[in-house]
Amino acid sequence: MFDNFPLWPERASTAAGNVDALFIFLLIVSGLMTLLIFTALVYFAARYRYRRGVLAEQIEGSTPLEVTWSIIPFLVFMAIFAWGAVVFFKGRTPPRDSTEVYVVAKQWMWKLEHAEGQREINELHVPVGRDVKLIMTSQDVIHSFFVPAFRMKQDVLPGRYTVAWFHATKPGTYHLFCAEYCGTQHSGMIGSIVVMEPAQFEAWMSGGTTGPLSASGEKIFAELGCVTCHRTDSQGRGPNLQGVFGKPVQLEDGRTVTADENYIRESILDPGAKIVSGFKPVMPTFQGLLSEEQLNALVAYVKSLSQPVATRTNTAAATPQVNSKAAAAGSQVQ
Amino acid sequence: MSMATTTIQPVERENYLNKEYGVGSWLFTTDHKRIALLYLISITFFFFIGGFFALLIRLELLTPTGDLVQADTYNKLFTMHGMVMVFFFLVPSIPAVLGNFLVPLMIGAKDLAFPRINLLSWYLYIIGGVMMLHCMLTGGVDTGWTFYTPFSTAFSNTKVVEAGLAIFVAGFSSILTGLNFVVTIHRMRAPGMTWSRLPLFIWAHYATSIIQILGTPVIAITLVLVVAERTLHLGIFDPKLGGDPLLFQHLFWFYSHPAVYIMILPSMGIMSEVFACFSRKRIFGYTFVAFSSIAIAVFGFLVWAHHMFVAGISIYAALVFSILSYAVAVPSAVKVFNWTATLYKGSIHYDAPMLYAFGFIGLFTMGGLTGLFLAALGIDVHVTDTYFVIAHFHYIMVGGALMGYLGGLHFWWPKISGRLYPEGLARLAALIVFLGFNLTFFPQFILGYLGMPRRYFQYPQEFQVLNVLSTAGATVLGVGYLLPMLYFLWSMRYGKPAPDNPWNAAGLEWMTSSPPTTFNFEKEPIVTWEAYNYDELDAPHKEEVKVAR
Repeated sequence: MFDNFPLWPERASTAAGNVDALFIFLLIVSGLMTLLIFTALVYFAARYRYRRGVLAEQIEGSTPLEVTWSIIPFLVFMAIFAWGAVVFFKGRTPPRDSTEVYVVAKQWMWKLEHAEGQREINELHVPVGRDVKLIMTSQDVIHSFFVPAFRMKQDVLPGRYTVAWFHATKPGTYHLFCAEYCGTQHSGMIGSIVVMEPAQFEAWMSGGTTGPLSASGEKIFAELGCVTCHRTDSQGRGPNLQGVFGKPVQLEDGRTVTADENYIRESILDPGAKIVSGFKPVMPTFQGLLSEEQLNALVAYVKSLSQPVATRTNTAAATPQVNSKAAAAGSQVQ
Repeated sequence: MSMATTTIQPVERENYLNKEYGVGSWLFTTDHKRIALLYLISITFFFFIGGFFALLIRLELLTPTGDLVQADTYNKLFTMHGMVMVFFFLVPSIPAVLGNFLVPLMIGAKDLAFPRINLLSWYLYIIGGVMMLHCMLTGGVDTGWTFYTPFSTAFSNTKVVEAGLAIFVAGFSSILTGLNFVVTIHRMRAPGMTWSRLPLFIWAHYATSIIQILGTPVIAITLVLVVAERTLHLGIFDPKLGGDPLLFQHLFWFYSHPAVYIMILPSMGIMSEVFACFSRKRIFGYTFVAFSSIAIAVFGFLVWAHHMFVAGISIYAALVFSILSYAVAVPSAVKVFNWTATLYKGSIHYDAPMLYAFGFIGLFTMGGLTGLFLAALGIDVHVTDTYFVIAHFHYIMVGGALMGYLGGLHFWWPKISGRLYPEGLARLAALIVFLGFNLTFFPQFILGYLGMPRRYFQYPQEFQVLNVLSTAGATVLGVGYLLPMLYFLWSMRYGKPAPDNPWNAAGLEWMTSSPPTTFNFEKEPIVTWEAYNYDELDAPHKEEVKVAR
């Protein structure tokens, strides 16, 4: 029982250091506050204990003191808030050029698919030193993707995408937990994140695959006949999807939305919800016709139309940074 | 304090307990004090049911593998532990027992404004409680006390509808109690009992009542929607039916976060009474303590989404709810500072209620400070839905609310029962509760930061040592809770008869007999003094003060 008895979690991502630093700061601040209050309590309790014939001295209160001990804690709280917000913002904003992994959660299993096509269950292999973005959805109830060693957690919801990211810093095998109660085998919905040296990872990746996810998406795109309306010229009944991803889209009702993963997902499942300016609501819904994996492949395909694999870095550099940020924020708002 | 030196009445006077006998005189009573006792018995019953579930949970977690119960059984255990403890023990505990007993006495009224509605609220609680028991006995429910959708509406195969309706009914009991208190405090104060002379217990209950009235209908509606989606397949929360699961979480926490203040505010009210009495002083900064209760009630409604930072809300929403959560921490901190300052130059006695009050400060401070961790967005991502959260809210709801409840029960027991409890045993119990509590829940903070998720029936082996410590603590805590129940029962028959004011405490409730008569006071009191007039009570010429009454 005592063989393996840690008191501090492993630190294996860039976020872990940020979270730990704030946590230690808070331990110090709250330690000081506790010390202050407990010292005062113990001192008063001993100094002013009942003695025969000694009466308590009545004190009404003190407005300056009240103001002081309201404002000082408030300022300390604001500092904690600001620091917490910065750590949070970093942790919630996937960098451009992240390697993408699609996560489908179901009772009680994690299904993971690399953009390159490798599929895994309850295990995710990633290289050390690279940004990995998780695009996650659930087939049934709410789950939560939690990797304590990365100090990273994000609920995974049915019917939409949520996004998380991490940058592993240390090779090893780490716990993956489901952190949102999801039924009978909730505590069995665990797995591991295997962080590998880049060379090892490349070797692992070269194993059998059916080709990149976007290629499967392209096949589905053709099979379902999407291509007849979403043509690569401007003559189609639906918008041309080349270069759409990550850009603002003008809608028929005057609003502008950013074409992120959730927008593309919604446009496939509920095409009438956000009609692009200049087009008619003629597209049929694909709700119930596609599995989560097929949807992911389609989304990956539409994304690939904006980021040709060969020139990926160049294209990404040309995309204003604000878009990817807005996309990340937008994907959560929805 | 000098319990024994005060005179003991040889003959029992007529009081609310001995006025009438028979089951009917209790079941049809409209006396707020008798209704308080009905509540005391019923919530104690539910407390021990909830405690029994807790014990089974802790026993299961002794080992990393699931061996004591099945996974499904475990899920039902923590669900029903939560539902019973929150809705059938903590929410009604202090308001419905001590509040019911004391609000009219403290403001110099004969009863609450609506005595029959008061009785109705107890019956609603009992109907809800019986429905909950029925739900448990016919299979139970496994959604977690949080009922998260779409699990609760589309996936759980357990008695979700039964549990939802039980809580729906019990909710009305809470609303009616709150309504009764607000009207009573506004309309039935004795002459001279101005707002600035009210005991802080009353201010705390006033703030609590506002939350009960405004918050509880929201959880009631939400549960009806869950039932509607589950039975009629209306698409409200389930995305497959076009609903939004986050909508549920917003509605749920809109009540369930303020509900924490329904539990803790009355306990804070008790703290003010106990600190004043046992340091023989007016509470430091009366006005600030009074208005901090109101501030907590108001701000408490604006922080619900801090339960949802990783649920899929936007970054910007998270920022707003984080900053507001820090705002609500200020009035709580102000209270702790004022209670501490009250001790300054006091004349401090260490009777059991005061030991509970010290325990409250210690545990509530820990609970409050760990709340700062959870409100910090960056940290919350890591610790939310782990044992860190479990430890945090138990420090607030058990360390805070329950310590206050027990402290208050000891403080007013002579008034309620007309008997004295055994002081030595009571101090021992307070110590056992404090130590047992810390041993149970402190290791859970470490477990949480290590990453052990909540609601786990089995767990990786490296978490075992801390879980064993926690289970050991739970058994100590269990003993600490059993003791008071046993000696309170014992004292009702064998305890020394209590004098009218065994603590020489300030407040109208101590100026009537112990136990009080049915209508509380022989004649309507006229208040000419400020709250916590301990200077007058302890003055050498005490007789003059009595004349002033």
